[in-house]
Amino acid sequence: MRQKAMFIVPYALWIVLFVVAPLVLILYQSFFDINGHATLGNYANYLTSSVYLKMTLNSVWYALLITLVTLVISYPTAYVLNHLPNKQFWLLLVILPTWINLLLKTYAFIGLFSRTGTINQFLQFTGLGSHQLLFTDASFMFVAAYIEIPFMVLPIFNSLAEINPSLINASYDLGATQWQTFRKVIWPLSMPGVKAGIQAVFIPSLSLFMITRLIGGNRVITLGTAIEEHFLTTQNWGMGSTIGVVLIIAMFIIMFMTGDKKQKGGRS
Amino acid sequence: MKKLFSAFFAVVLICILLALGDLALNHQSTGGSGKTLTIYNWGDYIDPALISKFEQQTGYRVDYETFDSNESMLTKIRQGGTNYDVVIPSEYTVQRMKKEHLIAPLDHRQLPNLRYIDPQFLNQAFDRGNRYSVPYFWGTLGIIYNDQKVTGKDVQHWEQLWNPRLKNNLMLIDSARDVFAVALITQHDSVNTTDYQQLKLAQHHLKQLTPNVKAIIADEMKMYMEQDEAAVGVTYSGDAREMMNINHHLHYVVPSEGSNIWFDNMVIPKAARNKTAAYQFINFMLEPGNAAQNAKYVGYATPNAAAKKQLPKKITADKAFYPPANTMKHLQTYRDLPLRVLGEYNDLFLEFKMFAK
Amino acid sequence: MKKHHWSWSAIYLTFVFIILYAPIVYLVVFSFSSGKTMERYRGFSLQHYADLFADSRMITIVINTLLVAFLASLLATIIGTLGALAIKDARRPWKNSLLSLNNVLMVSPDVIIGASFLIFFTMLGVRLGFVSVLLSHVAFCIPIVVLMVLPKLNELSPTLVDAAYDLGATRWQALTRVILPAIAPGILAGYFMAFTYSLDDFAVTFFVTGNGFSTLSVEIYSRARQGIDLEINALSTLMFIASLLLVIGYYIISKHGGRRHRIVVVREGDAQ
Repeated sequence: MRQKAMFIVPYALWIVLFVVAPLVLILYQSFFDINGHATLGNYANYLTSSVYLKMTLNSVWYALLITLVTLVISYPTAYVLNHLPNKQFWLLLVILPTWINLLLKTYAFIGLFSRTGTINQFLQFTGLGSHQLLFTDASFMFVAAYIEIPFMVLPIFNSLAEINPSLINASYDLGATQWQTFRKVIWPLSMPGVKAGIQAVFIPSLSLFMITRLIGGNRVITLGTAIEEHFLTTQNWGMGSTIGVVLIIAMFIIMFMTGDKKQKGGRS
Repeated sequence: MKKLFSAFFAVVLICILLALGDLALNHQSTGGSGKTLTIYNWGDYIDPALISKFEQQTGYRVDYETFDSNESMLTKIRQGGTNYDVVIPSEYTVQRMKKEHLIAPLDHRQLPNLRYIDPQFLNQAFDRGNRYSVPYFWGTLGIIYNDQKVTGKDVQHWEQLWNPRLKNNLMLIDSARDVFAVALITQHDSVNTTDYQQLKLAQHHLKQLTPNVKAIIADEMKMYMEQDEAAVGVTYSGDAREMMNINHHLHYVVPSEGSNIWFDNMVIPKAARNKTAAYQFINFMLEPGNAAQNAKYVGYATPNAAAKKQLPKKITADKAFYPPANTMKHLQTYRDLPLRVLGEYNDLFLEFKMFAK
Repeated sequence: MKKHHWSWSAIYLTFVFIILYAPIVYLVVFSFSSGKTMERYRGFSLQHYADLFADSRMITIVINTLLVAFLASLLATIIGTLGALAIKDARRPWKNSLLSLNNVLMVSPDVIIGASFLIFFTMLGVRLGFVSVLLSHVAFCIPIVVLMVLPKLNELSPTLVDAAYDLGATRWQALTRVILPAIAPGILAGYFMAFTYSLDDFAVTFFVTGNGFSTLSVEIYSRARQGIDLEINALSTLMFIASLLLVIGYYIISKHGGRRHRIVVVREGDAQ
């Protein structure tokens, strides 16, 4: 039992120092206005302003779309990877691109997507004509998904790799088609990975900020952009923290929802 | 398990090797006195050769740390815990730092080279008598255009940006003050207005600009303009210079009816640890030869009159970067506004951006 | 049928890899351009590599960055794995709140994390620099490790652990002989993700660094005002090649040790 306590100590210490303490700080700050007076005004402002409400809806909507796109690309990728020999090697190759600085990769995307960029040159070459690619929802979502793909592939890959092959064989032996086997055996068994992936992608997508400007041209404004602005430009940390609190509450709700289901899924 | 342990030891080994490498490099560069001067500046905003020269001349070791915006730099200095000796903020931030007692008054006797600075850049409203700051570089806000897509005479004035022919072809800098400055100048108001009605009016005017606005971005505008992504952009002269170096179809205009003029300045924070070296460094950077070398490397306009003389004629005769006197007199600096007003600028700007969609 | 299936998946995978590597190829190509920026390619040159090697400040920054990344992700992996074990053992109401707390740092925007860490460190009187950066990186890397390890732990059948105890294993033995080997892929995945987070972080590092200590991301972001130098492309190319070599080295080693590796896999399979 003492050993068990020893395991928890560093983690608990981390939670207290680096999670609870900043959390309290953020909460505390959200009750102060720009001049340092205690107030509930930030929350009132958030809840009554159409700008913030619209922004919140926008963020949730885009985060949902990004998560969906990422999942649609990542699941088959993880699935195919799992059937390859030396699959760990291929998995590493999926992670490798994330080690290159994000800002640099974004600049590379600007180069690829621009009017005179590689993709448009290719389109022109094939006779499809040049198109406006940058500053569209599609390119924004594409780049956002690009960034998140490894974070989705990895957990899904792990849970797929864990599936006992005899279960799949049993399913075939019982006369299930490939599609049935996938739906009834593989998909449910890979659910924990999918959920971990969704958590790792959806939540950060709510607070994306840099690429909303670089690729989206600030036509997409997320909660992250607003927080960024309040902390750095307006120096209105109170309002920034308020939006932060909203984000954290949203995260608790999502965690509560997926966490509960996971328990049921785990037992069935 | 074995695999886990060997991976663990491999990582530990790598860490030790890296730490040793770090130590070796540090040892190599400390060399002399061991006294250091810490500079806090924008990235790549000084000729590195000058830092080496300064190190050789004085025997100090220079630590060079970088920031990406005035505001984030300010947050750090305000919080304490660091001891920068020389910092290079823009003018409105100098004013803010002064107000918050973050910077120390300068002893001009220790800065004899201050006499090389062109008097028109001294004694500005943000720091009367240059008690706290010494100008480093200066520039303007203006219009950059691509001569393949528009003719120059169509973009000489701010009001022309509203021309429907520029539909979806204009890029704005992502900064509330700068975008509002454009609108405020067109309605003949001060770029430092605190009148909410004038701001509301400006926002209304800006909303009519939205069909033309393609994107609202920051540094990456350089790359976009260089790649012919848009016909016109509102940007700073320093950025414009770089774009023009790459894409020869680009031209920069400072509208004669007025615009913003900005300064980046050298200041010494109160918490500085090595003030002697800080003075030596500022004086060193004011030396005409060094200032000219730095201006050539960075490409911004120098306030140093003696240094300007040493620069090639081609650079200094360029009206876009060293505007004529009758334009200069219409240029306004940003004043540090009360936080409440700044909040209004930013809220209105955020709303404008949401509207742009 | 089988063969047909495989070829479709090969095409799909190729497509995904092209997307994943397109921007990187773009960066690498321009690192050899004699021009100054990433627009038009202007002929082959190694100038940017020469600049890079002459830039001792940049080399120091790279070493700092790697040191922080390797060390922070190692510490984060250890603490995170222990944390996942603790969460796994926790009772139901605790479990959910622990998990939620775990994810707070993943949802909070970097700026908020950075600013609150900064306030926190200055309150404690921690000198800003290597230590504060390392601590912050450990802090924001832990949640991802937990998220990677936990599914593995959940899949681990409790009977297996019970069996170990029944056979007289101590808690330590059960951990090192049964639990850790079974969740090793999750731990490794957690390490890699933590490493990734650490390498890429800008905002948090920016706030908590000081006294001349700098990392690559901070340097790159601060340079954006002046336009990104192709020297950075050259650097990224080298780092990319180095990591590629590492991965290929790993591949060769695992291929040579293939037989042993397979035995381990079979044993894990049997265990389930």
